[in-house]
Amino acid sequence: MSLYQDCILDHYRNPRNHGTLLRATHRASTNNPVCGDKLQMDLIVKNDIIEDARFSGAGCAISQASASLLTETLKKKTSADARAIKPADILKLLGVPLSPNRLKCGLLSLETLKKALNNKM
Amino acid sequence: MNTSEIKTRFPIFQHHPELVYLDSAATSLKPQTVIDAEREYLEEYSTNVGRGLYPLAEKATEKFEAVREKVARHIKAAGSQEIIFTSSTTGSINLAADLLNHTVNNGDNLIITAMEHHSNFLPWQELVRQKNADLRVAPLTQTGELDLGILQNLVDARTKIVAFTAVSNVLGTINPVQEIVTIIKNINPHTLILVDAAQATGSIPLDVTRWNADLVAFSAHKMFGPTGVGVLYGKSHLLEKLRPVTFGGNMVLDVGQASETIYKEAPTRFEAGTPNIGGVIALGAALDYIENLGPANIRGHEKNLTDHALKRLQETFRNDIRIIGPINPERHGSIISFALNGIHPHDIAHLLGEKNICIRAGHHCAAPLHRALGLDATTRISFSVYNNEDDVEKLIGVLKEIQKMFLMK
Repeated sequence: MSLYQDCILDHYRNPRNHGTLLRATHRASTNNPVCGDKLQMDLIVKNDIIEDARFSGAGCAISQASASLLTETLKKKTSADARAIKPADILKLLGVPLSPNRLKCGLLSLETLKKALNNKM
Repeated sequence: MNTSEIKTRFPIFQHHPELVYLDSAATSLKPQTVIDAEREYLEEYSTNVGRGLYPLAEKATEKFEAVREKVARHIKAAGSQEIIFTSSTTGSINLAADLLNHTVNNGDNLIITAMEHHSNFLPWQELVRQKNADLRVAPLTQTGELDLGILQNLVDARTKIVAFTAVSNVLGTINPVQEIVTIIKNINPHTLILVDAAQATGSIPLDVTRWNADLVAFSAHKMFGPTGVGVLYGKSHLLEKLRPVTFGGNMVLDVGQASETIYKEAPTRFEAGTPNIGGVIALGAALDYIENLGPANIRGHEKNLTDHALKRLQETFRNDIRIIGPINPERHGSIISFALNGIHPHDIAHLLGEKNICIRAGHHCAAPLHRALGLDATTRISFSVYNNEDDVEKLIGVLKEIQKMFLMK
């Protein structure tokens, strides 16, 4: 099965929640030096609830689609629930098995989210 | 060049008949004769070299040393005493940096270029850090060639070492090695010059004597040989003066308790420990393979194919493709790197891989070069003797599909 299913290509071509948040309360950026993928995650967390999440950056379809899919699930989650998201959950969102080489691309969004949750502005 | 006949000599194509291998710049495929040479050593006379006095060990030593002679002839060195066996090109360059370490002092400078692979960058960066010396990086022109005018201005009386590649592993640029060496030696005859020939071997005919570089590094696995074997060529009169930097078995004549240890002559004194014997013997078979095809024929085939691929890529993708590196085929080895608008190289590599087409994506161990190009990553294809125009058409066909898939809304 190709890694590039319609769902991934759709999220890559039409990313959801793409952009930055002027009033972000939490923010972090990461990069994947192997591919040159770059990702920034902006969050607005109020009373421990994620009210908004946006991502920006550039990179391969897997890293960008994974960020798009992840941000869709974040709104109204408590920060504890967001912290509890596991790599397996991201793989489920992507819906395709990732080879070890592409795992870093697929999980960059989760890494960025965890970093952002720890980085109050 | 009859590529379909050539393909029958590489068993990997029997295992993967659909394989389109466009990654020979990473490592070349191995012909049956190379595999046989290594297997014969392992099966029939897998004894150590240099020490044993029984016939099997003598056979191993003879075969091993015969490859040293063969390497010397192949690269047109003055003799086998100029050939040091190492583990890889990286091993060779690190050895060179260690051997020359004592020649660099505070306030001296070393010169490298903006197109170097990390393996011809980091050993020198580390050396200047240790010695508080200056590392100068020669820039490139718009077409991805060395700017010889600026390079010339970087050389001065305190330039101890200049290290540069014969063929860029990203841009494909063939540098005019002999001309560069002459320019440098005219300014400072004491400057030592190392040429990284990793991408030149197996692709363009080598003549180290004509190049007149002091040291030349390359590896077996990019010239149809096995991994784990590298070569450092050094001019005899230079090697004779240098002290060993690794110590152990096989490199000494006599060992005393205090300081009366006597080292063997070069190159043996630089080869402490048991070498990769089977690998070196297999390198001999790889050299035979190249000699039988003819280095000039190989270069001719790869040049035509590269020229054809450059034209086909440009006419197919027009403004959507950015070819990195010189377009003039005379100055271009069998490596083409490019960026395709709106599609990340890793996606391209992955999707081509799903169609049995092997290419490379990323910064190809040349991060400083990519930074200079303003690109995070590029897609690289590279050719060898088993590639032909069908491979180029298959590549372009799938690239067109990928482009359609990514760009449709």
